[in-house]
Amino acid sequence: MSSRTNRWRKTVSLEQINNLNKRFRQLSSNKETLSREDLASIPDLDNNPIRLQIINAFFDKRNLSQSEVGIVQEIGFEEFLMVLTHFQPAAMDITEDNREKLRRTKLRFLFNMHDTDGNGIITLEEYRQAVEELLSKAGTIAPETVKAIADAAMLDVASTTRGKMEPDEFYEGITFEHFLQILKTLDIETTMHVRFLNLDTANMRCGK
Amino acid sequence: MRGISHPTSGAVGEFFSKRLSMTMKLAVYFLTTGLTLLTLPCGSFTEVPSKPSGTVTVLPPVHPAGGPQAFPNAEKSDLPVFAMNYSRIQVPFEITLWVLLASFAKIGFHIYHKVTFWVPESCLLISIGLMVGAIMHAVHEEPPSVLSYNIFFLYILPPMVLDSGYFMPTRPFFENIGTVLWFAVVGTLWNSIGVGMSLYGVCQIGALEVQDINLQENLLFASIISAVDPVAVLNVFEDVSVNEQLYIVVFGESLFSDAVTVVLYNMFTFVAEMPVVETVDVFLGVAKFFVVGLGGLAFGLVFGFVASFTTRFTSNVREIEPLFIFMYSYLAYLVAELFNISSIMAIVTCALTMKYYVEENVTQRSCTTIRHVVKMLSSISETLIFFFLGVVTITTEHEWNWGYILFTLLFAFLWRGLGILVLTQIINPFRTIPFNFKDQFMLGYSGLRGAVTFALVFTLPDHIVRKKLFVTATICIILFTVFIQGISIRPLVEFINVRRTNRNLDTINVEVHSRLMEHAIAGIEDICGQWGHYYWKDKFMKFNNQILRKILIKDNQAESSIVALYKKLELQNAMEILDTVSEGTSTAPSVISLRKEKGPGKPKRKFVAADLRKMHDILSKNMYKIRQQTTEYTTKHSLPNDSHTKEILIRRHGTIRRSLRLRSFQSPTLSGGGYPSAPRSRIGQPSRSSSRVSLPLRRLDTLTEVSSSAGVDLVDERSGGRGRAGGRGKSRLNSSSSDSRVPAPPCHFDSSEVFHGNRDSMPEQEEPLSLSVTWAEEPSDHDDSSTQNPLLRRPRWNPVKPKNP
Repeated sequence: MSSRTNRWRKTVSLEQINNLNKRFRQLSSNKETLSREDLASIPDLDNNPIRLQIINAFFDKRNLSQSEVGIVQEIGFEEFLMVLTHFQPAAMDITEDNREKLRRTKLRFLFNMHDTDGNGIITLEEYRQAVEELLSKAGTIAPETVKAIADAAMLDVASTTRGKMEPDEFYEGITFEHFLQILKTLDIETTMHVRFLNLDTANMRCGK
Repeated sequence: MRGISHPTSGAVGEFFSKRLSMTMKLAVYFLTTGLTLLTLPCGSFTEVPSKPSGTVTVLPPVHPAGGPQAFPNAEKSDLPVFAMNYSRIQVPFEITLWVLLASFAKIGFHIYHKVTFWVPESCLLISIGLMVGAIMHAVHEEPPSVLSYNIFFLYILPPMVLDSGYFMPTRPFFENIGTVLWFAVVGTLWNSIGVGMSLYGVCQIGALEVQDINLQENLLFASIISAVDPVAVLNVFEDVSVNEQLYIVVFGESLFSDAVTVVLYNMFTFVAEMPVVETVDVFLGVAKFFVVGLGGLAFGLVFGFVASFTTRFTSNVREIEPLFIFMYSYLAYLVAELFNISSIMAIVTCALTMKYYVEENVTQRSCTTIRHVVKMLSSISETLIFFFLGVVTITTEHEWNWGYILFTLLFAFLWRGLGILVLTQIINPFRTIPFNFKDQFMLGYSGLRGAVTFALVFTLPDHIVRKKLFVTATICIILFTVFIQGISIRPLVEFINVRRTNRNLDTINVEVHSRLMEHAIAGIEDICGQWGHYYWKDKFMKFNNQILRKILIKDNQAESSIVALYKKLELQNAMEILDTVSEGTSTAPSVISLRKEKGPGKPKRKFVAADLRKMHDILSKNMYKIRQQTTEYTTKHSLPNDSHTKEILIRRHGTIRRSLRLRSFQSPTLSGGGYPSAPRSRIGQPSRSSSRVSLPLRRLDTLTEVSSSAGVDLVDERSGGRGRAGGRGKSRLNSSSSDSRVPAPPCHFDSSEVFHGNRDSMPEQEEPLSLSVTWAEEPSDHDDSSTQNPLLRRPRWNPVKPKNP
C-alpha cells in the first residue's frame, strides 16, 4: 500500500471504503479483479466524451505507482483505490507543502490522461486527440477547428514556457513542468475531488 | 465620464465642465427643493388623484320662469388665459422631481471619485434625503405620504428583485445553491426567532416601559429587521475580487432573505392580530412556508419557460422584444401575489430561467435594452426608498426608547454573528471549499439592512400599537449598518486579506483542462456509483441540450464553451490587429478617437479609406452575429463594465475568407515599403511594436471578417472606461450603417462568470505570430477553403500568388 493511499485512508471512513468495495464487487461481477470491459459497460459513462481515457487511467501503471510505465489488464481493489486517491479532497488544515504535493498528484493524473504513449511529453498529436475527444459530444465540430484549437493551445504553452524562440526551433511537446506552469491558475487541489458518501448508493441504482 | 468626448476638449474644458456641473447641480438642488416645498402646501396626496378643479364653473341650468329654453343660462366667466392646476399633476410631478433630484445627486457624487470609492451610494442617497428632510422640517412641512403597502409591494419592490435575479451569476449560484439557501432561509429564520425571543425577554423588564409589546409583535419586528441588503458590500467585494463562494453566498443570501422576510412578515402580521397562538398554528405556519416557497419556484419556472418560448417567435417584432421579458416577470410576480405565495421567489426564478434562453433568442439590441431597463428601474426604486428613508428620519415623530433600541442593535448583531458561526460549522463538511474564519467574519459583517427593511416597517398596519417605536428602531439599525459597516467594509476587506479569486485570463489551456477535469470527475462519479454535483450537472446539461434547447431556442446551435472561447480569442486577436493598423485613421466625421495621435516615430500605418469602404461593402453582404452574454454583477448603480466582456459567439462563412483574400491582395500594401521583404526575420524580432507593424496583409482577413459593419452590434458602453490603458488605440471603423461600431481593443476577455480580465497575457497572444514559423510541418493547414488559424498565420507573404475563390 502506498503512502498516498495511507494518507487518504485517514480522510475517509471505513464505511466509505466498504461502499467502494461493494461497488467494486458489483462492477467486477464478484470477481477479484476488474477488467476494462467491466468498466466500459457502465451505461452512464456513455455520455462522457472522455470515457476511454478515464477507463484507461485505471489501467495505467503510471497512476498505480510512481515509477512504472505501461498498461495492466486487470486491477484489484487496492489499485482501484489507488486511482481514486487522485481525487481526494484537500483537508482544511493542509500545509503548503502538502497542498503542492496534492496539486502535483492531481495534475499528474491529468497529464497521464493526455500522454498516451508514455514518453513523458504531450505532443501536438496527443493534444489534438484529447481536444477532439473532448469536443466530440458537443455537436458537429469541423476538424479544422479542432486542430486549430489544439494548435493554439500548444502555442500558448510554448510561448508561456519557452518565451522567445528562434524561427528554426521546434517545440517538441509539453513536459510535466510546463504543464504545471500553464495550469497554475487552476485551483485544482480544491476543485478536482469526488466526495465519497457514506450512503450506499451502489445498490440504489438499477443496473451497473 | 462617458467614453465619448469632444476631440477638442482639453484640460481647460474639463475644468470648466466640472465647475459648471457643480454650479448647475447646486442650482438644480435649490430649484427642485424649492419646487418640492411649493408643492407641499397643496395638500398631501391620496392614492386616487383628485378630480381636476378647473377655473371655469358651470352652474346647473336655471329655468327661467318662462317657457323651456334651448340652452342653459350658464353664468358667464372669462376664458382663462393662464391657469394653474397643480393638484391634478401632483403625484407624478413629485415623484419625478424626487427621482430627478436623486439622479442629479448621483451625477454629483461621481464627480469626486474618492467619494464613491469610500462611501457607498446608499449612504449618499440617505444623506441627501436627510438634507431634504431637514429643509422640510425647518419649514414645518410634511413629506408627501406616497409610500403605502400596495405601492411598495406592487411597484417598488419588483424592479429591485428582478435586478438581483437577472444579474445573478448562474454557475456559481448553482454550484453553491445549498449553501446559499441554507444561509438565507435558515439564517433568516434563526435571526428572526432569536432576536424576537430575546426582545420579548427584554420587554419583560419593567424599567423599559415596553411591556405592552407581545410576543407576536416582537417576532414581527424581528423578522422585519432580519432582511439583509448588502449592496454596498457587494460593490466592494466585486472591486476587490473576493473569492467566488463568499461573493455568491452574500449575493444569494440577500435575495432569498428578502423572500423569507416577506413571507414571515405576512405570516406574523396575520398572527399578530390573533389573540391566541396555538400549536396548530405553528405547524400551519411551517407548512405555509414550504407551500409558499415551492409554489413561487414553480410559478417562476412556468413563466420563465413560457417567456423563453415566446421569444422564439419574436424575430419580426424586435422593437417590443424587451417588453415580453418585463411583462412576463411582472406577471409572474403578480400571479404569485394573487395566490399569496412568495412573489420574490417567482420573479427570481422566472428571471433566472428566462435569461439563459432569451438571451440567445433575442437580438443584441434587445438584450442591451433589457439590461439597461432592468438597471434603470431598480435604480429608481432603490433611490426612492433610500431618499424617502432620509426624509422620514427627520420629519416623522419618533418614539425613542433607549433600552429597546439599544437592545435591538445588540441582539441583531449578536444573533447574526452567532448564526453565521453555527450555520457555517454545520454546512462546512458538505462544502467542497469550506469557509475559513475570515470568510465567516466577512459573511457576518455584510449583514447590512436596507430598503426592504425600511419599507416593510413603514407600511406596518396601524393597529400595531408601538409602530412608531418600531420605525425608529429600524431606522436606527439601518443607519448604523449602512453608514458604519458600509464605509468600514472596504478597509476591512483589505486588512483582513480575504481569500480572493484568481481572475487571471482564461487561456485555451485552462479552459480545456478544466473541462477535462469536470468530465473526469463526472466519470469517476459514475464509476463509483455516486451522485455528486457533477453527475447532476451532466444530467441537466444533457437534458438541456437534447430537449430544452430544441424547444425554447430558435436556430439551435449548441456550441461548446471551448470552441466559443477559442473563437473569442481569435476575435480579440483580430480586433487588436485591426486596431493597430487603423490607428490614426479618421475616415469619417463621426469616428470617435479618444487616444491622441502618436508621435511621428510610429511606423507608417497608412490605411487608405477606399480599402475600408471596400471591406465594409464586402462585410455588409455577409451575416455575422457577435453576441455578448450577460455579464453578471451586482451593483444597482452601474451597468456592467463591458471591459469584462464574456463569451462571444461568431458565425462565419467560409466564402468570405476567400473573397476577402482575393481583394486584400489587390489592395495597396498595408504598411508601406519594406514589408514584403524578409518577413521572417522581422517576425523573429522581440519587440512588440515591430511585430505589430510588419503584419502581413493576409491578417486583415480575419479582422475584417469579424468586424462586420452590418448586423454587428458590438455595443461598448464603457469604452472610455478604465482598463483600456495606453498602448491601445480607440479608433473605430465607421461605415454608413449606423449600428456598426467595432469596439476599441478588447482588453478584458474571459469566459463566463469570471469577473475580471488580466491584461498581461495579451502580449502572449502576440507571440504566436512570431512562433508560427516553428510549426514547419503543416502543409495540411494550407488549403484555401478551410479557415486559417490566425494565431498560426505564417508570415509567408507572396504578393503574386493569386487565390482563386
